[in-house]
Amino acid sequence: MRGFVRRSRTILAAVLIAAAALPAASGSAEAAPQRVVSMNLCIDQLAMMLAAPGQLVSVSSLAQNRRLSPMAEQAVAHVPNTGRAEEIYLLRPDLVIAGTYTPQATIAMLHRLGLRVEILPPAEDFDAIRAQITRLGALLERQAAARDLLARFDADLAAARAPSGRGRAALYYANGFTSGPGTLAGSILGAAGYDNIAADHGISATTHLPMELLVMARPDRLITGATWPGQSQGEAILDHPALAGIAPTERQVTDRDWVCGTPFVTRAIRSLR
Amino acid sequence: MRKWSVTLSVLVGALFLASLLTGPAGLPAMDSLRALAFGGDGPIPIVMREIRLPRAILGLAIGAGLGLTGAALQGYLRNPLAEPGLIGISGMAALGAVIAIQTGLSLAAMSALPLAAMAGATAGVALLVALAGPRGGSVTLILAGVAISALAGAGTALVLNLSPNPYAANEIVFWLMGSLADKSMLHVWLALPPMALGAGLILSVRRALDALTLGEAAAQTLGISGTGLRWRLIAGTALVVGPATAVAGAIGFVGLVIPHILRPLVGARPSALLPASALGGAALLLAADVAVRLIVPDRDLKLGVLTAIVGAPLFLHLIWKTRSGGRV
Repeated sequence: MRGFVRRSRTILAAVLIAAAALPAASGSAEAAPQRVVSMNLCIDQLAMMLAAPGQLVSVSSLAQNRRLSPMAEQAVAHVPNTGRAEEIYLLRPDLVIAGTYTPQATIAMLHRLGLRVEILPPAEDFDAIRAQITRLGALLERQAAARDLLARFDADLAAARAPSGRGRAALYYANGFTSGPGTLAGSILGAAGYDNIAADHGISATTHLPMELLVMARPDRLITGATWPGQSQGEAILDHPALAGIAPTERQVTDRDWVCGTPFVTRAIRSLR
Repeated sequence: MRKWSVTLSVLVGALFLASLLTGPAGLPAMDSLRALAFGGDGPIPIVMREIRLPRAILGLAIGAGLGLTGAALQGYLRNPLAEPGLIGISGMAALGAVIAIQTGLSLAAMSALPLAAMAGATAGVALLVALAGPRGGSVTLILAGVAISALAGAGTALVLNLSPNPYAANEIVFWLMGSLADKSMLHVWLALPPMALGAGLILSVRRALDALTLGEAAAQTLGISGTGLRWRLIAGTALVVGPATAVAGAIGFVGLVIPHILRPLVGARPSALLPASALGGAALLLAADVAVRLIVPDRDLKLGVLTAIVGAPLFLHLIWKTRSGGRV
């Protein structure tokens, strides 16, 4: 018994020393962060474009998913994280970048552990993407890389944009959801020159649109969400005969270029030509 | 009896029409009925024929099936608390359907979906009859039902959570509560043939159920085979509840409420109560499906929410009466 207590004390002491040594360089916000962890798929991509070699330690595991991430190949070079406070802490970051939808409990725990956490909102239009690039460039102390990326994005966007008046289009996803002009997908649609039928129904964000209203709106072009492995009732709506009835021509499917507010949206705009 | 069947038929017809004419698009009634009957160009025939018609047909058929199986189970178990949703038969059917969907069986063959749901329903109803047969009593029946429901619900949640599909886990509520939103004629053709067969099978035993009200011994002297009756009832219930659940999820309380309401009107004799309960169940589900579209038009309110709001207080009332020793 006595031996057990002594041994457990030794273990406890070892754990405490290890824990004290863990936070690498907290509080040195002035210098460029050296160990950056991103917890959000969209920030993962911008961070991979902007970070100096070795600066970005870990990206979210979603960044390696080919269905969601246009940079899945590059993401393999980084440690994947699944967004739990424990694993983030053990990566010894000096800067953690999370998204608005990262669970509050995780953020609070990371703060308690003394980590510097920056929370960035999702970029829902092109101006927000530009702002996001600039903001992330400043956080990473990579202003020059951010300026280069911004210049390339602006040129790509100008080249990809199409004049308006190409017809009426509808975005339709699983469970009968649609995206209005206030969303990233809506911005892509607008830049490609289409009028969004969601706007006729006063929809700006992403919300439910009954299939009847979609059919009655008679869009010239239907862009649907991607379907996933395994099946779901929610996705079955995309195979509904009524949709085939209104959009007999080719049907576009939103892919990984549509997911995030990154320079890849210019590819999504071009895909609508 | 005849008077009631006419009244109920008229009610079902009116509610079927109301279901066809209810929708977010707010189409003019005459235009939409003309488009439904004669087709034509434009989007209205698509809305009427591909979206609203399957929904109304499924509401009618599934409601009728649930009312019928509820009345038949109550007659066979001689217990007013028996109901496919409450005692876990629908839950087991949902589990079968979810397994067929997530293993990809239903992609390989469309008929795998109703077949797997039927297999689940068969397991559920056979387990229940074994545990709480005619001599089981109310408490055994409800306890067995609670256990089977809990197991089926947990199995459904487990399968959906293991799915690689990001939408699957959110669909637990569909499988537990049921919905007719955005079903197509494909679902109608998938569900209707086995349901019709099952309904025929159940209606064929209604005279035997009449005899059973005199007691098992009396029924046997009248030439009713206990085993034959049991298996036809189990098969009929599975054929009705399985496909119904496979396309619309588990909708509870319809089979409890309807026989209870109709018993004072048409009498407790199963041969009269069974067809009346089918009509009543169709009326209740069509009404509930019209209501979910009127209460929150832009969202998919689940049918089970409404049927439970109507049915659960009645269920409590029945338990109260059983508790105070009175006959229910």
